[in-house]
Amino acid sequence: MSVNLGFIVLSLVKIVAILAYLYGLFWAMGHANRLVKVAGVVLAFGIIQIALSVQIGETQILNDFDRGLLFQACTMTMVALGLNLIYGFNGQFSLAQWGFYGIGAYTAADITYRWNVRDARGLLVAGIGVILGGLMILAVGRLVRRYQGMPVLSQFTLYLIGSVLAGAVAVVIGNVLNPLLVPLFGTPDAPGILASPAVMQVVFLLAVLIAGAFAAGVSFLFGLPVLTLGSDYFGIATLGFSIVVQTLMVNTDTILPFPEMKGGRGMIGIPKLTTWFWAFLFLLAVIVIMRNLIHSSTGRAIMSVREDETAARAMGIDVAFYKLFAFVMGSFFAGIGGGVYAHYIGFLSPGTFDFLVGFNPLIIVVFGGLGSMTGTIAASFGWIFFLEGLLRVLLSQMGTEAPTWRYVLYPITLLLLMLLRPQGLLGNIEWGFLKRPAVALRARAAGK
Amino acid sequence: MEQASVPLQTAPGERTVSTRRRARGRPGARLAWIGQGFLLLLAAVVLYILITNLIKDPPLFAAFVLSGLQLGFVYALIALGYTMVYGIVRLINFAHGDVFMVGAFVSFYAVTRFQLHIWPAAVFPGLPSGLVVVIGSLTVVLLSMIVCTAMAVTIERVAYKPLRDAPRIAALITAIGVSFFLEFFGALYFVFSPRFIPYQRPFEVVTWYIKDGIHLVQAGQAPPPGSITFSNIFLIIVAASILVQLVLQFLVRRTKIGKAMRAASFDKPTARLMGIDVDGVISFTFAVGAAFAGLGGVLYAIAYSSIWTQLGILPGLKAFVAAVLGGIGSLPGAFVGALIMGQAEALTSGYISTPMRDAVAFTILIIVLLVKPTGLFGEAAGEKA
Repeated sequence: MSVNLGFIVLSLVKIVAILAYLYGLFWAMGHANRLVKVAGVVLAFGIIQIALSVQIGETQILNDFDRGLLFQACTMTMVALGLNLIYGFNGQFSLAQWGFYGIGAYTAADITYRWNVRDARGLLVAGIGVILGGLMILAVGRLVRRYQGMPVLSQFTLYLIGSVLAGAVAVVIGNVLNPLLVPLFGTPDAPGILASPAVMQVVFLLAVLIAGAFAAGVSFLFGLPVLTLGSDYFGIATLGFSIVVQTLMVNTDTILPFPEMKGGRGMIGIPKLTTWFWAFLFLLAVIVIMRNLIHSSTGRAIMSVREDETAARAMGIDVAFYKLFAFVMGSFFAGIGGGVYAHYIGFLSPGTFDFLVGFNPLIIVVFGGLGSMTGTIAASFGWIFFLEGLLRVLLSQMGTEAPTWRYVLYPITLLLLMLLRPQGLLGNIEWGFLKRPAVALRARAAGK
Repeated sequence: MEQASVPLQTAPGERTVSTRRRARGRPGARLAWIGQGFLLLLAAVVLYILITNLIKDPPLFAAFVLSGLQLGFVYALIALGYTMVYGIVRLINFAHGDVFMVGAFVSFYAVTRFQLHIWPAAVFPGLPSGLVVVIGSLTVVLLSMIVCTAMAVTIERVAYKPLRDAPRIAALITAIGVSFFLEFFGALYFVFSPRFIPYQRPFEVVTWYIKDGIHLVQAGQAPPPGSITFSNIFLIIVAASILVQLVLQFLVRRTKIGKAMRAASFDKPTARLMGIDVDGVISFTFAVGAAFAGLGGVLYAIAYSSIWTQLGILPGLKAFVAAVLGGIGSLPGAFVGALIMGQAEALTSGYISTPMRDAVAFTILIIVLLVKPTGLFGEAAGEKA
């Protein structure tokens, strides 16, 4: 065990360094001077990039294990932030987040996998489907809003018919357009324009965005009827959703028509396209979008639903709309996180998306503090680096039961936290950029 | 919503306020037929599948219905605990399914390690073997029930009671935590181990088949084609489940503690004012529910003869769905709901798709909550904050 002491100290130093890094990043981003903002972000990106690539003597500052932890922490942050929007800010106890994460991962992976084997259908069908689905939602939404108090089941039926039609049209168009694109891929000996690495990067970006949008679309369809249930029932229904999604993943090649996903054996051969640049970019985008959303009038409406639905309704807030909006946005973030994860790990198996693992983001959100973005981000990074990094290595040296022991310790900590500090470790503390921009708001109000 | 929706439905500046109001005021309730039609279509498809299969092979259909009944009666045993606890403390006791699992494991150790199922033969050597099996098995079941009761009361005191005044979601998260703890603590090697364990039954399963009268299925011999088989464990599960239902009905309707339970579920502060020990009543509710879950665990293990530490998750969830389906808080509702769930699961895995049987359970939950939020037998109590 004496060998481990150095490892423990190093791991703890890493965790503290990561937290300090996050604090510095948010401080810089919250600075009034735009130059400091840009410099801070670039510096934050550069530090890690250098640490990942530069070697000092024999050792790398951040080795492959740390790299994996870092990407895992980024995806977990996106998923947990989405859940915090749904549960922390909007008060809807959702266990479906992990299902949307899995949907995003599989969607994005399928698009780039197919692209890699010279098949543009993945991108075409998913992309066109998402666009048509979005248009359909707008159109049907317009129709639904003409009527007052249309039963939710009828709305759902209309949206369902619409999305089935949109999906069918997308499949037809994709299959028609695909033969036109296939020649552009070239042959393995003479790669065409579409097979070049630059195009692949664009496809990856699109794939992740489409994955997010697709997860958001599914969450819209699912959330529309289910969000009208009471809080506990909503929790159970969303848990059921996660279970169903996992069942479908196990049967992607039998029930669903995706033989390349290989069902329960797991999908292999996903191009590993996630670099620190993309992970950082997506993480930053999610954080900025969410922070601006929270501090806008929409965000205040979302929070008012959490505080008191009746009072919010009395203030003229469309409670059903904001619940659905927060749910869809949260799932969008989860889908993006899934896309990034799939291209970092290169292998997807249904076991990763087991609903028991799906409690992790929930525990992170509760740990960090409901309704605290800083808490969620810090807890995600701390969680991954501490539990996945330090504890996994330490426990695996103590015996073969390491994963089980970790799962024995989680619930105990969760119970203690619930009993001793129900508001989470960081409570309502926000760092730098994530703080409520009081001055800016007041200035705008005065300007009017 | 104002900014988001208004520009979508009216061209800016064209319509006056009154026309906009008229455009908004079209009653959407008239369009309820769309949703109802969708549900009817769904029901028609399901009925079509069932009826065609019933006509095609009636004995097979009957076999699925029987297996569904067996499952349903086990779910009923679990669902009673959910419905009683939810009725009083408004908490989805996630750990209930794991109490069920512990019940199965306790009986496993009692039988395999300690040979508890044949203790009467060891103590009174002259006893006939039939009596030995009956007394021994009853002891095993009783032991499981007692251990489960003790465990549930401990969980209630340690984890749930301090959170009684906290937000309900805090208690729900705690319940999930307890459930996790039981599953993964059980998965440690010195506790239950994470493997699937073949379950040694305290008594042999005897199977009969019905074709021109009831005959015994001999060992190593397949029942003739076109016959319907059933086993003694099926009969025991049905009898136990019905008995428990009657006992609980008696307990809740006729006894003093039952009256106290009903009072506490109706209004806790007032019940306390009337001199009812509400905490004691809650503990008692947990205890009764856990005892029946333990019984269910033993019967489930005997029927399906393989146990592991995550055994309780899905039956627990489905039993909860059954309780909601029947109307949460209602004992006959839980019973009927569980039977429906059992049928849904057995027929789905038989005729639609085996992996999707879990999906059907949750689809039923969502549809029932949308169509009749109080469940089949529920009172329109609504959700108390």
